[in-house]
Amino acid sequence: MTITLDSIGENQKVKVVSISGGWGIRQRLGCLGIHPGDIITVKRSAIMRGPILISVHGNQVALGRGVARKVVVEAE
Amino acid sequence: MKIVLMGQPNSGKSTIFNHVAGYKAVTSNFPGKTVEYTSSKVNLFGEIFEIVDLPGTYSLTSFDLAELEARKYLLRNSVDIVINVIDASLLSRSLELTLQLLELKLPMVICLNMIDEAERKGIKIDVEKLSKILGVPVMPTIALKGNGVKELFSIAYKMGEKKKIGKTLNFSKDVEEVIAQLSTQIKEKQVNREFNVPKRFLALKYLENDSYFMENFEKRDKDIFKDIIHFQNKLSETHNRPSDVVISSERHSLSMNIFEEVALVTRPQIKLIDRLDNTLMHPYFGYIFLIGILYLFFNAVFTVGRLIEEPLLEYFYKIIPLIEIRMGSETLSFSIISGIIQGLAGGIAIVLPYLFPFLFGLAILEDLGYLPRIAFLLDAFLHKIGLHGKSIIPFILGYGCTVPAIMATRILESGRDRFIASVLATMIPCAARMTIIFALVAFYISPQAALAIYILNIIVIIISGKILSRLLPEVTPGMILEIPSYHIPSIKVALAKTWLRMKEFIFIAWPLLIVGSTILSLLQYYKADMLINNFFSPLTSLLGLPLVVGTTLIFGILRKELSMLMLIQAIGTTDVIAVMSTTQIMTFTIFIIFYVPCVATIAVLWKEIGSKRTLFTIAFTSILAIILASITRFVY
Repeated sequence: MTITLDSIGENQKVKVVSISGGWGIRQRLGCLGIHPGDIITVKRSAIMRGPILISVHGNQVALGRGVARKVVVEAE
Repeated sequence: MKIVLMGQPNSGKSTIFNHVAGYKAVTSNFPGKTVEYTSSKVNLFGEIFEIVDLPGTYSLTSFDLAELEARKYLLRNSVDIVINVIDASLLSRSLELTLQLLELKLPMVICLNMIDEAERKGIKIDVEKLSKILGVPVMPTIALKGNGVKELFSIAYKMGEKKKIGKTLNFSKDVEEVIAQLSTQIKEKQVNREFNVPKRFLALKYLENDSYFMENFEKRDKDIFKDIIHFQNKLSETHNRPSDVVISSERHSLSMNIFEEVALVTRPQIKLIDRLDNTLMHPYFGYIFLIGILYLFFNAVFTVGRLIEEPLLEYFYKIIPLIEIRMGSETLSFSIISGIIQGLAGGIAIVLPYLFPFLFGLAILEDLGYLPRIAFLLDAFLHKIGLHGKSIIPFILGYGCTVPAIMATRILESGRDRFIASVLATMIPCAARMTIIFALVAFYISPQAALAIYILNIIVIIISGKILSRLLPEVTPGMILEIPSYHIPSIKVALAKTWLRMKEFIFIAWPLLIVGSTILSLLQYYKADMLINNFFSPLTSLLGLPLVVGTTLIFGILRKELSMLMLIQAIGTTDVIAVMSTTQIMTFTIFIIFYVPCVATIAVLWKEIGSKRTLFTIAFTSILAIILASITRFVY
C-alpha cells in the first residue's frame, strides 16, 4: 500500500518515493528541494484540513493538502 | 554596463539592489505584462551602470509568469554580467539555479548572501573551493548590513569587462551522452540560433519538456521534434522515470555533491526568532496572534493617517476660498484651478496619509517573513472560496490601494485564480474608500457601524468568491509555498520598498484623480451635472438618495474618495447629517464601496485580465452594489 504525504502525522520523518502529479507540480516541488529520494519531516498540520508544513534540506515549505496527496512517501 | 541580479525568492536580491540603487529605482513592466522588474542607473567606479533586479526565480524552467519573463529578459537583453544572489544557508538548493545559469554561458559572479545566517545555522562554506568548482568569483555578503556589497559590485565590474564565463559541470555519463547527441542534432539543424541560447542549454530544456521551448517548436520543425521525443523516451526508459525528473534529479545530486565538498555542517545555534513559529504557526494560538497582529497593524495605520490627514485637509480647505476671492467663483479659470487643487488634495491629504503607513507596515511584515505564514494559516479558508493561501497577499494589499493589489495577483499560478482574486480585490475597501467609511459612517453614525461595514464587506467577498468559483469550476493547483526563516527587517530597506510602491500610486492613480476632479469642475461650470443627475434619477430614487447625489456616483469611478468631497459639494454643506438621514448615508456608503472600481483600477485590470473580464468585473460589481444598497435602504 502506498502512503501519501498528507496522511503523515506531525514530527514524522519520511522519504519521498515518487511524485504522482503532472509536469508542473514535479518541477515546482523539485525547485524547493523535493525529489524522489529526499527526506522530509512533517512539522505541522493546519486545522480544517489546511496545508501541512514540512522541513526539507533545512528549509520550510507549506504544501496544500491536494499537493501533499500527490507526494508518495515511505517511512524512514 | 548592464548588471542583472538573479536569484531565488527570499535570497536578498532586492536588499542588495536597494543598497546600491535605493530610491532612484524605477519599477517597469515587462512588455505587455504586469510582471514587474526594477532597474536603476547608478554611478559606480566612475562609470554608469544599469542595474536590473529581476523577479525571484527558483529555476530557469518556466511555470509562473514572473519566472518566464525573468528568463526571457536574460535571453533577449545584452546582459554584461549576472550577479547570482544565493541564500548561503540554502546553498545546496540554490546551486540548482546556479547550474542552470552556468548553462546559459553568461558572465557571472556569485553573491553568497546572509553568510552570517548560514554560520548561525552551522553551515561553514569554503568560498575559494566553491569558486574553483564553478569557475566564477564568489563573494560572501551580509546585504542587510551592507557588508561586502561594494566589493561584490567591484568584482562584477571587473568580470563584466573580461566577459568571463564559468564552467559547465557534467551530469552522469549516460545522461551526458544523450545530451551530447541531442546537442549535435540541434547544431546540425541550427535551432539554437533562433532562441539565441547555447545548444547544451536548449538540449536540456527539451529533455525537461519545457513548455515554452516545446511550443515554439511544434509550430516549425517536425524533424527535430521527433529527435526530441526519441531522446526523452530514451532517458525515461533507462532511468524508469520521466525525462524531466531525470534531469532535475541529476541537477539536484550534482548540487548536493558540490555542497558536501565545500560546506562543513555543525550544530546550529537556536535563537529566539527560530522559536517564533511555535506560537505564530500554532493551530490555535496562530490565529489569535494573526487577529492581534492585523488589529494592531490597521489600528496603527488609522491613527497615523488621521494625525496627518486632518491638518493637511484643513490647509487645503483654506486655500480654495482664498483663490475664490481673487478670481471670482463664477469664472472658468477658477473652476479649473479648484478642480486641480481638489485632485491634489485628494492625493496628498486623503490617500497618502493612509497609504504610506500602510505600505510601510506591510513592508516590515513582509521583510520579517510573516506574510507566507498568513498564507499558511488561511489556506483552508481560502479554499472555501476556490482560491488558495497565497491569494491572501493581494487581498491584504487591497486595503491600501487596489492597483498594487491586482498587480500582486501574478503570484498565483493559474489564470482562473488570478481572475477571481482580481475581482474580489476590487471589492476590498482601499485607503480612499476607507476615508469615506470613516468620514461618513464612523463620524455621523457610529464607529460600530463602520466596523459592521467592514464585516459585511468580508462576508460579501466570501459569497462572491463562492459564486465566481462555481461559475469557473476548476481545481486550483494548490499551494506550494516556501516559508522562509524570519529576518529582522531593516528600516532603510523597508522605506525604499515603500517608496517604490508609493510611486505606483503617485504616477498611475494620482494623475487620473487630478484629471477626474478637473473634469467634474468643468461639468459643474457648464451646468452639465444636472443632466447627469437626471440620467441617474432612476438609480438614486431606487436607493432613496437625494437627486444631487447622481453626479457624485459617476465621479466615484474617477476616484473613490472624490464621491465624498463631491457629496459635500453637491449638497452644499459639510454637515451631511442635516441633509441626509442615517439610512441614506449608510446606503450611499455601501453603494460607493462595492460599485465599479476606479479608473486606475480599470486600467490595471484591462492589462492584467483582458477587456472582456474587466467589463464583467464592472458589471458584476455594479449589480452587486445596487442589490446591496437597495437592501440597506429597506433594512437599515
